[in-house]
Amino acid sequence: MKLLHCPVNGPRPVSEFFYWGEIRAMPDPARASDAEWADYVFNRNGAPGVKREWWCHAPSGVWFVAERDTARDAVVRTYLWGEGL
Amino acid sequence: MKRLAPLRGEWIDRSRRLVFELEGRRHAGFAGDTITSALCAADVRVLGRSFKYHRPRGVLSLANHDVNALLQWDDRPNVRADVTSLVEGMRLFAVNTDGGLDRDRRRFLDRLSPLLPVGFYYKAFHDRRWFPRWEAMFRALTGLGRVDVNTPRKRTPKRYDFCDVLVIGAGPSGLSAALVAADAGARVVIVDENARAGGSGTYALVGDDDPVAAHTAERVARCADHPRVSLRTGTVAAGCYADHWVPLVESDRITKMRARALVVATGAFEQPAVFRGNDVPGVMLASAAQRLLHRYGVAPMTRAVVLAANRDGYRAALDLLAHGIDVAAVADLNQSPADDEACRELASRGIPVRLGHGVYEARAGHDVLRDAMLAPLTPGGALNAARTERIACDGLVVSVGWAPAANLLYQAGARMRYDEVLAQFVPHALPSGVFACGRVNGVYAFDAKLADGERAGLEAARALGLRAAGNTLRVSVEPQRPSHPYPIFAHPKGKNFVDFDEDLQLQDFANAVQEGFDNIELLKRYTTVGMGPSQGKHSNMNAVRILARLTGQPIEAVGTTTARPFFHPVPLAHLAGRGFTVERETPLDSRHEALGAVFMLAAPWRRPEYYAVPGNRRLEAIREEVLAVRTAVGLIDVGTLGKIEVSGEDAAAFLERVYTGRFANMSPGTTRYGLMVDEAGTIIDDGVVARLGDQRFYFTTTTSGSANVYRELTRLNTMWRMQCGIVNVTGHRAAVNLAGPKAREVLARLTRANVTEAVFPYLAARELEVAGIPARVLRIGFVGELGYEIHVAHDRAVTLWDALMEAGSELGIRPFGIEAQRLLRLEKGHLIVGQDTDALTNPFEAGCAWAVKMDKPFFVGQRSLAILAKKPPRQALVGIELVPGEAIERVAECHLVIDACEIAGRVTSVAFSPTLGRHIGLAMLAPRLAQPGRQIAIRVTDGALVTAKVVRPPFYDADGRRQKLAEAA
Repeated sequence: MKLLHCPVNGPRPVSEFFYWGEIRAMPDPARASDAEWADYVFNRNGAPGVKREWWCHAPSGVWFVAERDTARDAVVRTYLWGEGL
Repeated sequence: MKRLAPLRGEWIDRSRRLVFELEGRRHAGFAGDTITSALCAADVRVLGRSFKYHRPRGVLSLANHDVNALLQWDDRPNVRADVTSLVEGMRLFAVNTDGGLDRDRRRFLDRLSPLLPVGFYYKAFHDRRWFPRWEAMFRALTGLGRVDVNTPRKRTPKRYDFCDVLVIGAGPSGLSAALVAADAGARVVIVDENARAGGSGTYALVGDDDPVAAHTAERVARCADHPRVSLRTGTVAAGCYADHWVPLVESDRITKMRARALVVATGAFEQPAVFRGNDVPGVMLASAAQRLLHRYGVAPMTRAVVLAANRDGYRAALDLLAHGIDVAAVADLNQSPADDEACRELASRGIPVRLGHGVYEARAGHDVLRDAMLAPLTPGGALNAARTERIACDGLVVSVGWAPAANLLYQAGARMRYDEVLAQFVPHALPSGVFACGRVNGVYAFDAKLADGERAGLEAARALGLRAAGNTLRVSVEPQRPSHPYPIFAHPKGKNFVDFDEDLQLQDFANAVQEGFDNIELLKRYTTVGMGPSQGKHSNMNAVRILARLTGQPIEAVGTTTARPFFHPVPLAHLAGRGFTVERETPLDSRHEALGAVFMLAAPWRRPEYYAVPGNRRLEAIREEVLAVRTAVGLIDVGTLGKIEVSGEDAAAFLERVYTGRFANMSPGTTRYGLMVDEAGTIIDDGVVARLGDQRFYFTTTTSGSANVYRELTRLNTMWRMQCGIVNVTGHRAAVNLAGPKAREVLARLTRANVTEAVFPYLAARELEVAGIPARVLRIGFVGELGYEIHVAHDRAVTLWDALMEAGSELGIRPFGIEAQRLLRLEKGHLIVGQDTDALTNPFEAGCAWAVKMDKPFFVGQRSLAILAKKPPRQALVGIELVPGEAIERVAECHLVIDACEIAGRVTSVAFSPTLGRHIGLAMLAPRLAQPGRQIAIRVTDGALVTAKVVRPPFYDADGRRQKLAEAA
C-alpha cells in the first residue's frame, strides 16, 4: 500500500485518505458560455503527467493539495491550500 | 538412498523419530526432516505423478518448487513435500493419480503423448455440443489436490510490522547486509523461507569441514544475537507492493511489513538442463542433492553421474565423493573445465571428466534412473548421437546454471538486463530504497557474496540517512560463468522437459513458434509455460533461451514475463482473515433490541426495520406502526441523520453558497428545507436547516450522505476561507422524532416550556428542556403528522427515550421503524434522496424547483441549473396509484415503465397504504407520460404488466393541515 504525506500528520497509508479529484479553476459563472461551463463540469484531462489534486486525510479531516505525477505513479509534493508556492 | 552418519550442521534431530504414512505405507523420519527428505531416506524415489502424462517424478530442486511432489494431507491439498516439515502421524496421498503412485491407471497417457501436442486442447475440444462432455472428462483427469468443502473455517489473524531495513534472504549476502545495516544503527528484519538461516552456506559445500559453513554459521549467530536484528525463518516474502510494503507469509499468518528500505538477497533458482529423460526419478539438481546431504544427512544416490557447466557442478561432485558416494563420471558442457583445480582433483581420484559432453538421454528401469547416455557436443552445440557412452548410475546430478530469484525486484519496479558474460538477467536500475546483492545480483563466489552484501547493507543504511563507514564499490565480475547459455538438447523421441509442472517438451516450443506464438507473452499463454504451481521458477529461463534461439533474437530482446504478487502460492485462509466492516449503533440500540426490533443496515447504521409483535407477521407489524402514527403517536430513532453545526459571521452566507435555498433571511428559531446539488446540478442531499441564533445554524443531512456532505463542506470552506466553523456532531447528538396527533400532548408532559401552536408553531426550532434534558426541538413533519424532532446529547438519549415512552404509554405511543417511516412519507409524497432520485436527477425533474433560489449571487450547481432550466426536462418524478389487478402485489422499486415497447421510466417507491387502502408510489417518467390522470404500464420481474395512474402527490392530507394541528379545544 502506498504512503501519502499529509502536511499535518506526516506519512500515512493511502487507505486513510479520501481522493477528491483534480483541482480545476472554476470559470466565472457570469461570464462563461454554456459550453465553457459544461466543459468545466464534465470534462477531465486523463493524460499522464503532474496533476494538482484535492486529498483529505479522513481521520483528521485535513484537506490538502497533492501534486501527483500519474506518469511515474509518484507524489511530487503535498501542501496545504494556499501554500506550496 | 540411505541416511548417512550424523553430519555437522544437519537440520534433523535424530533423537526424535516421527512415524508417518504415504498411501498406507508406514515410514519413519526425524524431527527436522521435510516429507521429501524422510521419503528419500526410506528409499522412496517416486514422489509424484506429472500433471499431463502421469510420468513418475522424484526430487528436482528441494527448494520449494518440486511441484510434481504435491501431497494431500487430510484436508490440506497440494502440500509441497520438498519443504513441508514432517509431522508425527501424517497420512499422505499423492495428488493427481488414479490408483496411487505405483499403480496410477493414467500412466497410459505417457504413451499417448505424441497425440497430445501443444495447443491440443484448444484445437480439439471447442465443439459447442460436445464441450460439456469434454469439460467433465478433463475436470476428472486434471487438477491437483482435493478441496474438502467441509473444512472448518479458520480465523487467520494479520499482523502489521515496521522496520528500517527488510532483508529478504538469509544466505551469505543477506546476512552480511543485515549485519552492516544493523551496525550502522538501522532496525533490521531479515527473513528466509527455509526452516533455518544460512542459504547456500548450509549446503553448497565440499565435505563437512568446508570453511564456508563455519563462516555462514558465525554470521547467522551474530544476526541472532544482534539487538537490532530480528531473524525470521520459515517466512516467505511473497510480493513487493508500493513504498516497500511486503507481505511476509508464515505457516499460520501473514505479516504486512512496512520497511523504509529493502535489500533483496533472494539468490537464484538452479535451472535444469533439457535432455531426454531429464525428469526420470534420480535426475536432480546439484543443489537438491547437496541439500539432501547437508541438511538431512541423506545420501541422494549410491552412484552418480554429474552434468556440470559451472564451478558448482564440480564442487558438487567433490562433495558427493566426500560423503562416500561413487561418482561414475563428470560430463562438462564446456570444452575447458569450469574449475581447473577441481578437475585435477577429480582426475587424481580416477573420476573420468568428459569435457565438451552432455547427456543424450537418461533412462529408467522400473520407473527410476538406470543409466545415463553421455555424448560429445558437436561444434554447433548439439549432441552427437552416434558416439554415446552408457554409464550405469542411480543418480544424475545436474548443475548447468541459475536464474535469479528476481520476482520481488520486478515487482518493485527494477529494470533488468541480460548479462552475456554471466548468461543471466541482473538488475540494471533499481528503484529508490531497493537494493540487491548476492546471486540475484549476479555475484556467485562466497567471498564476493559477503562483500556484495556489505555493500548493499551500507547503501541501505545510508539511504536512511545513517552514517556508516565502508566501501560501496561494486564487487568484481565473476571469474567464471555460473550459467550455460543454452543447456538444451533436442532428441528425436522427445521427453526432454522444459516445464515439469505442465509437462512441456522442447518440441512443444518449436510447434508453438511455428504456429505464430513467437512472443514471450503469447508463447506463455499458448504453451502454459510457467503457469503451473511453480510459476516458472525452473522453466521460464529455459523457455526464454529457447524462444530467443527459435526466433533468432538476443535474449534481452525476448525479455521475461512479470511475476505478479504473490509470486508464491498462499493459502486463501491467510488472505481472507477477518473482515473489518464498520457497523454503527445509535445510543438507543439496547432499547430497540429490548422492544423486539428487527434490524437492517442503513449505510453503516443498524436501524430497526420494524418492531416484531408476537403473533403478527412483518407487514401487519408495519401497518400497526403506521396506524399508531396516523391516529395516536409514534416514536422513531432518527439519530443516524447527519448533524452539522455552522457558526460564525459568515455562517448564513456559507449555507447560501452550498444549499440551493435561502437562509440569510431566516429568523432565529425557525427551520427551512435544505436541498444540496453538485456542480452538475444533480441532487446529492437534503435535510432541515435550523437557525438557532444570528450566527449559529444546526442542520441535518441524510443518513447515508452525512460523512460526504460534512467532508465536502470542509473542503469548500478550506478553499473559500469564509468566517465560519463547521462541526460534525453526528455521533455526538442523538435524535428521535415524536410524531402523531397526540405528539404535543406527550411533549407537554415532559417540559415546562410552552409548546402550544401559537408559541411553538410548525417549522419552528426551540432549545428547551425535555424530561430535564437540554434539547433542540424542531417542529417538522416528514411523516405528515404533528411532529417534533428532538435532538439531545448522545449520552442522554436513553433517558429521553424512556421518558417519552413512559409519558406516551397511556396515549398509545408505539415505536416505529424505517419501513413504517418510508410508507408514511410516501403517503405525503416526500422523496428520499438516493431512492427517488439517482445520480442524474436535478431539482426540476424531482419537483423541487420551489427549493431552488436562482436569484442568489452564487451557489454550487447554480450555473448548471441555469442551463438545465432552459432545456426541456428529461424526466419527471410523479405520484402513481396502481390499478387493482392480478400482479399488483409484485410491483417493486426499480420496475420499469413501458410505453410503446420502450422503457419510459421506472418505479422509485411503491407500497400498499393502509391509510388510503390502495397501492401508491412514486415513479420517474418520461415527461410525455407525466400528466395527472394518464395511465402507464409497469412491467414486473416476471413480465406481467400492471396498470397505474399518474396522480399529483401528496396522496394524504394534501394541504398539510395535520402537520399544523392545533391543540384540541
